[in-house]
Amino acid sequence: MTSLTLVRRVRARPSIVFEAMTTAEGIAHWWGPDQGEPVLHAEADPRPGGTYRVRFRTHDGAEHESSGEFLEVTPLTRIVMSWRWTLGGADPGISRVEIVLRPVPEGTEITFTHAQLADEESRHSHEGGWNGAFDKLEAYLGGRA
Amino acid sequence: MHRRRLTSPGTATILSYMVNQSERLDRVFAALVDPTRRAILVKLERKGAASVSEIAEPFAIKLPAVMKHLDVLDDAGLITRSKAGRTVTVRLRPQPMREAMEWLGRYERFWSAGLDRLAAYAEAREASTKDKES
Repeated sequence: MTSLTLVRRVRARPSIVFEAMTTAEGIAHWWGPDQGEPVLHAEADPRPGGTYRVRFRTHDGAEHESSGEFLEVTPLTRIVMSWRWTLGGADPGISRVEIVLRPVPEGTEITFTHAQLADEESRHSHEGGWNGAFDKLEAYLGGRA
Repeated sequence: MHRRRLTSPGTATILSYMVNQSERLDRVFAALVDPTRRAILVKLERKGAASVSEIAEPFAIKLPAVMKHLDVLDDAGLITRSKAGRTVTVRLRPQPMREAMEWLGRYERFWSAGLDRLAAYAEAREASTKDKES
């Protein structure tokens, strides 16, 4: 299974970080890849079985929407949710996002993992081609030092 | 395990991130660490397919050493070998790498940028909360 993990330390207490990640108001401040582009709509019901939906715009003017279900919510420490693009995403599969918060002296350490699930991976493996893979590979290995 | 460290201008956060891969992806990266094996892949990318002796030709190493490199690439799923008579033809099999790179690249950009803004937002809220407390 392929997964991406980002670890960051933020100078804010866990309660503030947790709120920023689980409330519609908080999510509206940061979700999406492009600086200066607005979150157009955010809703979140952060409890097991509750859903979220976030619509945002990217620099190219395109609108995207991701949504899913909260699978686990442990206040201040852990959030697990399913993820799927419901508009404008290149990736039709369902994946899994896990966020773990840990208090550290300067604030909060966020461990953010986005995992591609097995069925999504097998679907990808049926796509062929070679375009640009070596460029990406080189950029990738360049960071290994 | 693949790790990278970045610094982000404008935010006072310590950033680091790592990418975890499956065992298969680990084998892919282990295979790609070696410059001879990367050169073999680049050659196969250009030619599409090559015999073992064609692959060995530009390198100052013996055939058994080339065969070992090919074993590693084969284990990682990056090449296929087929035998016709006495000739073994080697072909590139790019999918294992390509699919992982694309997926990782897309979400790395997405979340990395988002978490930068999350950090800025949370830190601003922390500062204003501290002001109220003091």
